[in-house]
Amino acid sequence: MKILVCISNVPDTTSKINFTEGDTKFDTNGVQFVINPNDEFGLTRAMWFKEKQGATVHVVNVGGAQTEPTIRKALAIGADEAIRVDAEPKDGFFVAQQLAEVVKNGEYDLIIAGRESIDYNGGMVPGILATLLDMNFVNTCISLEIDGDTATAVREIDGGKEKISTSLPLVIGGQKGLVEESDLRIPNMRGIMMARKKAFNVVEPVDASQPTQDQKFEKPAAKGPVKLVDAGNVGELVELLHNEAKVI
Amino acid sequence: MSVLVYTESLKGKFKKNAFEAASYAHKVAQDLGTTVTAVSFNAEDDASLGTYGVSKVLKVSDDSLKTFNAKAYADVLEQAAKTEDAKVIILSSSADSKYLAPILSAKLSAGYTPNVVAAPESTSPFMVKRTAFSNKGFAMTEISSDVKIIGVSSNAFGVTENNVSASVEDFGPSLSDNAFSVKSVDVDRVVGKATIADADIVVSGGRGLKGPENWSMVEELADVLGAATACSKPVSDMGWRPHSEHVGQTGKPVASNLYIAIGISGAIQHLAGINASKVKVVINNDPEAPFFKAADYGIVGDAFEVVPELIEKLKEFKAQNT
Repeated sequence: MKILVCISNVPDTTSKINFTEGDTKFDTNGVQFVINPNDEFGLTRAMWFKEKQGATVHVVNVGGAQTEPTIRKALAIGADEAIRVDAEPKDGFFVAQQLAEVVKNGEYDLIIAGRESIDYNGGMVPGILATLLDMNFVNTCISLEIDGDTATAVREIDGGKEKISTSLPLVIGGQKGLVEESDLRIPNMRGIMMARKKAFNVVEPVDASQPTQDQKFEKPAAKGPVKLVDAGNVGELVELLHNEAKVI
Repeated sequence: MSVLVYTESLKGKFKKNAFEAASYAHKVAQDLGTTVTAVSFNAEDDASLGTYGVSKVLKVSDDSLKTFNAKAYADVLEQAAKTEDAKVIILSSSADSKYLAPILSAKLSAGYTPNVVAAPESTSPFMVKRTAFSNKGFAMTEISSDVKIIGVSSNAFGVTENNVSASVEDFGPSLSDNAFSVKSVDVDRVVGKATIADADIVVSGGRGLKGPENWSMVEELADVLGAATACSKPVSDMGWRPHSEHVGQTGKPVASNLYIAIGISGAIQHLAGINASKVKVVINNDPEAPFFKAADYGIVGDAFEVVPELIEKLKEFKAQNT
């Protein structure tokens, strides 16, 4: 089984978000970048398939040279090869078209992407990719087993979960649950050394459309101060929620 | 050239997000000088969509579509969009809509913008405001493709009544076997309880509750309020509560009218996930907890004393107001 894990290079979850150039760009100044958490759960599940079922695991990112440390981390965790499509990820549709080309050339059986990136929150790359390639697709995937060409997955739905049966080739939009938080791996020195010797292919982008464009960003309006209610007077909170906030 | 809206239903009953999506579609149709056409799947009271501004309902009645199937539903919506020559398609932000939208986007080469929080800023160019950076910011996004798909955030634009009379037409799409290549085997859905995705009120507990055995008061408070229960990331990581209750940046987003946080300090990742909620209440014994800076109302106090008291006061309030 040949697996491609799609990785997005995103600001660390603790990052404060600021915008620059007249609020048209995300300000990367002082920001630490990491593997998108949803992708990291998928990468870790791919490692399981490698170790238990002999799968080959490649990772891919669409981005400029500045994303390479993040991709290298995926190699240090255990991916066999890396591909970087040398283009700015303009929007989700654009990225999916780039990835479709990589999948066609690499003949992958299983493509694991995160349900969404935690920066631009498009949540569309895996679904568009699957549809462009006419592959099966399971989104918000929280469990995945592969047996031959058969895939059994569990998808999170609003208020519950759904068990799904399908077949390879398959694209999944993964998230926490594919593996547990405690299963996530921190690269060790041996992994980091080995990662240096692994194939790292930089490929040129293909012509692709870009149907959406973020024109401007803004931060949420600053909040007024909290209204404190005395712990001995809880009834006042009920009063405020009813008469002032009008939410009960 | 109508605006098409996917109206979600469960066991024949339209969901609240169907009315929100229809209300939003009506606003877009007004801006564009056209009308709204809804697509419904095995729903019972199709004409009721007229209340929210839907002029025509394409009614799909098909046993093979009783359970949601993203690929097959996207096929149906693609055919409906072509029949109606729709240039704008409105969906919700439910798990099903977010599953289906990218498939439809690829089929129609349509730009898709999820998590939209307000009516379009303009329709030429087509600009919508959406959340980005996991609720730490907003983006004004231009959609430049011929067909445009918008996912509307829950509890943002809201439900508006725009009474029109809705005509209901049977719609029989043609579906190939390939549309069902991803099969639903079993659906395990909590019934009779509000879910985080569509609840008006969410009650959430954190590490300050000290252990899973103390969750009965969280559940009781949620019961009194008709709320969904949720938890912080450490709580789900420690296994006190299921992952499905984890709200925050890497968990579920919350966009409720009222969010009550008990014993949650308010890490930046947690606050990002619940930021879209309208009114936030925090109960914490640490006055320095960062959550107090993000909340509208707060009580500094011991949750084990404050919450039972709050439950009593809410019961009295309900007794007086019903």
